[in-house]
Amino acid sequence: MSTGTTKLDVVVSDVVPVNELVTRFHFRRRDGALLPRFSGGAHVVVEMRDGERTRLNPYSLMGSPLDTREYTISVRRDDVGRGGSLFMHRNVRPGMEMVISYPVNLFSLDLRARKHLMLAGGIGITPFMAQTAQLAAEGGNFELHYTCRTASLGTYADVLRERYDRRVRLYHDDRDERIELDRLLSSQPLGTHLYVCGPSGMIGWVRDSAASLGWPTETVHFEHFAAPQPGAPFDVTLGLSGRTIRVGEQQSLLEAIEAAGVDPPYLCRGGVCGQCETNVIAHDGKFIHNDHWLSEEEHRSCKKIMPCVSRFEGRSLVLER
Amino acid sequence: MAAKSIISRPVYGTLSLQPGKHHLFVADAEGALAITDLASKAPAGFFANAHIIFILGNDGKHVAALQALKPAQFYQGHSFANALPRLKQTLANAHMGLRLYLAGTEGLIGQAMQAALEAGIDHTSIQTEHRGSLARRIQCVHCKGITENVTTQPATCSHCGLLLLVRDHYSRRLAAFQGVCINAEDRSEIPPAEEIFR
Amino acid sequence: MGITFRKETFRDDFTFKNSPEHIRRFPFPFQEDSYMYAVNIEPHVRGPKGSVLENLIDVDEHYVAEMQDRALVLAEDPLRCQSLPHMTLAGWDLLELLMEQQALGYPEHFTLTRDGDRWRWINRPLGIDDTFTFGDVSTLPYGPMEYITRQSQGDFCILDQRDGNLWMDAGMVTTQADWSLDFDIGMNFFEWHAPVPLAHEKGIFVRALKFLTNIQQGKPARRLNWTMTINPRLDTSPENYHKWGPDRATVTPENVGDKVHLRVELQSFWRLPRSNGIVFPIRCYLIKMDELVTQPKWARRLHRVIRDLPDELANYKGLTRYRPTLLEWLSKLDDGSPTSPGFGPD
Repeated sequence: MSTGTTKLDVVVSDVVPVNELVTRFHFRRRDGALLPRFSGGAHVVVEMRDGERTRLNPYSLMGSPLDTREYTISVRRDDVGRGGSLFMHRNVRPGMEMVISYPVNLFSLDLRARKHLMLAGGIGITPFMAQTAQLAAEGGNFELHYTCRTASLGTYADVLRERYDRRVRLYHDDRDERIELDRLLSSQPLGTHLYVCGPSGMIGWVRDSAASLGWPTETVHFEHFAAPQPGAPFDVTLGLSGRTIRVGEQQSLLEAIEAAGVDPPYLCRGGVCGQCETNVIAHDGKFIHNDHWLSEEEHRSCKKIMPCVSRFEGRSLVLER
Repeated sequence: MAAKSIISRPVYGTLSLQPGKHHLFVADAEGALAITDLASKAPAGFFANAHIIFILGNDGKHVAALQALKPAQFYQGHSFANALPRLKQTLANAHMGLRLYLAGTEGLIGQAMQAALEAGIDHTSIQTEHRGSLARRIQCVHCKGITENVTTQPATCSHCGLLLLVRDHYSRRLAAFQGVCINAEDRSEIPPAEEIFR
Repeated sequence: MGITFRKETFRDDFTFKNSPEHIRRFPFPFQEDSYMYAVNIEPHVRGPKGSVLENLIDVDEHYVAEMQDRALVLAEDPLRCQSLPHMTLAGWDLLELLMEQQALGYPEHFTLTRDGDRWRWINRPLGIDDTFTFGDVSTLPYGPMEYITRQSQGDFCILDQRDGNLWMDAGMVTTQADWSLDFDIGMNFFEWHAPVPLAHEKGIFVRALKFLTNIQQGKPARRLNWTMTINPRLDTSPENYHKWGPDRATVTPENVGDKVHLRVELQSFWRLPRSNGIVFPIRCYLIKMDELVTQPKWARRLHRVIRDLPDELANYKGLTRYRPTLLEWLSKLDDGSPTSPGFGPD
């Protein structure tokens, strides 16, 4: 039996520009019922019907898990990406009917923690919006450190300061404010868990610092969805269905497989959950692995690929699909 | 130790240096040798951030060797119970960056780990090395009593007196192996006790 | 309409029995004439009317008596119900799941009304009518997990998911097949299954864990497991093994039909929404040999399964002492004719 999520029929109940880059979208169930409960850190996959193409992008739920009359997500416009965020910004209007997945949590709080230390960079703030709401309701112990480029791009910084006051600390790049990471990580009580969500450079910096300061790996949590990167088109043969397809420049391998009518399971579409892992039957060329699921050894073996984010360059590729 | 065991049976390794700001060692008897072995691989100044809690064995040895490492703090005691208040206080005041190293008998490793788990340390981040006796600490599943230093199979529960099969099934939370009545179906069957955990 | 709840016992005078309708709905666990471990997991979706799968949380004629037996076990040994401190939220998730499912499946017996956080729960068979605030433990007589599992058939294990594993961090376990919650609480998936023979070597648990950690909200799954029990005793805990163990030596050719019971566990697996935990309800069904063999296909097949069971498995399931007596009795009901595929009676 395959895993994968069930779908929810929703209507866009509101579209709210937050700042020059970020817009918030609100969804309600079409039948008026409550949406499923979720846990802080969960995401949904939003299906976008863009002409002939179906785009499927994951976005963190940022509303309070205690109130599921609606779901809210925030989308940062990416002018050089593959177009999902542009579609959301340009095409999605209140009243539009859309389909989203059930919530899935790959960035869950460790509820054993004596304290939750959260580090956010830019739009990486969204899962923490839900997690802080969840913890605040239970009297949980948390502290949030949030880095943004400028005050005007500090999405929801004002809301968070108002809600949680000194438990939220802001850092602005344009004012040369930097998290004093070593000091911060060395002053946390035993039993603290660390969460980081933001650009990959920030995640790497925080993970490396924590490891060298003696934080065990199981106390360091990170949300690291890779957006599929565009690249040169390539051809793939699907060994089980016996078809050869072309992966377009702006298309992910997974999207091309789906467009051919084959549906591998997925949860995150960001190289994290492992669901769409696919065996390589034969290849002549070079893999461009962009996932965080396979080990380095697996990457080198050329026997597996994560089609949601990874690509291929070369003469031929045959996959077990 | 039995050649083939089960997954819940703890597996001990060799102490190895961990990145961290502070290093807490808890050891008993021959466990001291695991610390001195580690010290031979440690960079200069490593023990300036270390705290050693040592429970003496019957022979009273190894104190001088540990003190010679010049740890920032050193404690010697005669039983784990003696040392426990100090261990708990150290953990309660500790910060992230503290690394824990346990060496010696299974009973010592298990009970120190139990205190560490309660303080919020994950068991997978703790370094352990077994040295010395294989005597087991067992929980009687029937009366819940703990019997220390069990060396025989089967063993008698020191609380309710049932004859117990000592299983390899181990609980970190209880720091004990499981003991289950070996002749429950027919109390007249009394298998001979063999000394196997030494 | 509604269920007629039997007055019966699972201890002392052992008056437990299945009605003829309940014999026919028994979840017989063998779909062929032999048995070996497999990752036999399937989607937990509703099944035919009149089967144990008609509702996703099944309530049957033994409900009231089972809840009374659970109360007796807990009075004797409160350690059968434990929840580590971080599992309270998952307890609320379970309370919601069980109240919703029982009210949905059996509106004549259970009613749940919600006004925001203000909930009213009516359980007619047990004479309960409580109003409480969801999320506020001070408004219930027990913690949320204990409160609702004192009113729900089956054992319940709540698992925390972290570091790619599942951790048994809470549970209500009074009708177990010989494992101790008090001992196993806090263990990961591999550790608490450690005593199970053969299955680790076959990689069963590695594959099962991979599947279970990916269970999604709204898509529960299930599997069947089985063992045998002498006398219709729900509480076959290791804690009380020295009390029920001697029963195994009391099986004779004359009393097999009444004393020996097939014990089937319907295990289901659900993602819990607020805590991101997983709950395993383990629902236990008992049937005595006399009742089981009223279905000739089941009699023939059970004979073949028990006969061909590897010794390690027979030993793990505690069958060794009375297996010859049971086989002798069952063999008289097996004429060697073929059995139809599938679980159901002919």
